[in-house]
Amino acid sequence: MTTFRLVLRELRERKSQLVTSFVAIALGITVIVAVRTMSHFSEKAVAQELDNLGANVLILPKGATVTNYYTADFGEYVMPESYIDDITTSQLQGVDNLSPKLTEAISLNGQRVYLTGILPKNEFKSKPAWQTADGIFARPEGCGTVVPGAVAKALGGSAQGGGSAAGARQVVVQELGGAEVMIGNDVASRFGLKVGSTLPIKGESFTVKSVLPSTGTVDDTRVFAHLHTVQRLFGRGQVVNAIEMIGCCKEISKGLIDGLNRLLPEAKVVTIKQIAQTQLSTNTMMERFSVIFLVIILLVGAVSIANYMLANVYERRKEIGTLLALGATRRRISSVFFMKSGLLGLVGGLAGYGLGTILAVGLGPRIAGVPVLPLPALAGWATLLAVAVSIIASALPVAKAARLDPAEILREG
Amino acid sequence: MIKAENITKRYQRREGPVLALDGVSMEIAEGEFVSIMGPSGCGKSTLLLTLGCLIRPTEGKVWLDGRSVYDLNHEEAAALRLKTIGFVFQTFNLVPYLTALENVQLPLYLSGLPPARQRTRAEELLDQVGLGDRLSHKPSELSVGQQQRVALARTLANEPRLILADEPTGNLDPALAEEMLDHLEGLHQEGVTVVMVTHDPLLAARAERQLRLVEGRVSATEAVTTR
Repeated sequence: MTTFRLVLRELRERKSQLVTSFVAIALGITVIVAVRTMSHFSEKAVAQELDNLGANVLILPKGATVTNYYTADFGEYVMPESYIDDITTSQLQGVDNLSPKLTEAISLNGQRVYLTGILPKNEFKSKPAWQTADGIFARPEGCGTVVPGAVAKALGGSAQGGGSAAGARQVVVQELGGAEVMIGNDVASRFGLKVGSTLPIKGESFTVKSVLPSTGTVDDTRVFAHLHTVQRLFGRGQVVNAIEMIGCCKEISKGLIDGLNRLLPEAKVVTIKQIAQTQLSTNTMMERFSVIFLVIILLVGAVSIANYMLANVYERRKEIGTLLALGATRRRISSVFFMKSGLLGLVGGLAGYGLGTILAVGLGPRIAGVPVLPLPALAGWATLLAVAVSIIASALPVAKAARLDPAEILREG
Repeated sequence: MIKAENITKRYQRREGPVLALDGVSMEIAEGEFVSIMGPSGCGKSTLLLTLGCLIRPTEGKVWLDGRSVYDLNHEEAAALRLKTIGFVFQTFNLVPYLTALENVQLPLYLSGLPPARQRTRAEELLDQVGLGDRLSHKPSELSVGQQQRVALARTLANEPRLILADEPTGNLDPALAEEMLDHLEGLHQEGVTVVMVTHDPLLAARAERQLRLVEGRVSATEAVTTR
């Protein structure tokens, strides 16, 4: 005989009384696991969508508007390129990437086309659609990851080449030299251009180093050259007329924009609010949903377990009295009941994890509209939570059991 | 072995205070067989449980082997019950979901014996009371007499030096009652101290010494009887 065996024997004998508590804790954990699993994949999907959209903060010259930005017609509105340095060397949290741009209208075969000066690496980091499958331009993961090193490197314009296909791609974009351009997909098809073609801009000859994949955005109708080349061609000096920024959504809500406004008083900082708020509201909703559910469900489970344990202690009064008379200590009596409730939590937690995962995987695509996969890490948390709730809920009944007066019980006969 | 000095026990009941024991003093020597007799409600069971470290008296002291048992802490009192005292209950108090073997293993488990040794010892004990072939039967699958023997085997598991029996024959037919008395007498002959509470004068007369309890007081102590 061991405490574990004693508990098992009692559980096996009184299965029917256990069912309500087991179902309460298992269902509680089921709902928590299902909501957490679905919200995890839903958040991931939203983040992915935002990722595909690119920048969510625009820094524009003071007088410029978002319309100027979308029409690429900035007129004389410019701001210093040094703003990039100001941001990267500041203490601001939540800046993922900065893409400075200087856009000017040019004429190509008599047609008006926009030439945009970019810092190639930064541009690729902000445009997932431009990124190659091998991920050499993959954006850093997670919010608030400032990558001043990458920015500084790109600003310096140095890069190394390589022999592989990935290396070749890296060479093209990082070594986008003074006489090289990348062209949007529409521009390529409209003017019959391909890699190696030459095109004249402002009296100079440029070679097409790359045709960009189609993005379905205005980028498809643009010609991209190095920022410093565009500045030179138009005699603009070290200026830009837009800085696209990827800011972490949570940091945006925590004051990143205010920080930028204070840092750059001569610029206009615009958030793409709807995008940011979509993710924020989705995340907040899911978080609140989970917390409210968690609290209610845990309470229901805890009350059910406490109730069951109280009834169990009452029912086993004679047994407890006998054990105390035989020489059991109060600690021993407590350990028997705590082990029982812990076991109940363990099995309920595991069952809840299994059911919750099945529910999430099955219903996730319909409810959240995203594919949902099992999250094994939740198994540990779900079980721990169930065991903790079970044990805490049992504390009072167990204390009652340990304090029972054996003499009083034995006199009852 | 046992010395009780002026023990008084009062209970608070809704209808008012109840005096269960009223200044009881007694001594029981090692190896004695003593019966405590008296009408229902006279305080017999309270006295027995007080001697067994289960009811703290309102006043007075109880010594067991020279130790004042109500000056012990909870753990020490539990250890004393585990090692020294064996209770025989009128209703056997077997744990219903455990087998006969597991019921007998309980005191051995409480004293920390490894499961394999618990099993061997419990099998021996059940064999001694003639239940070697009923090891895996639950109490509900055993006759009253068999349940009584399982309870006795459990009482003897840790080889107690003091047996406190509360109406041990109360639920038994005459044949089984006689069998129980034989067991208690056998233990007494082996040197175990036996204190038996009963309301049956014939059974009480089987003890070496009889104490009569009336309204919480020892009204008479009869001399050693001849058997």
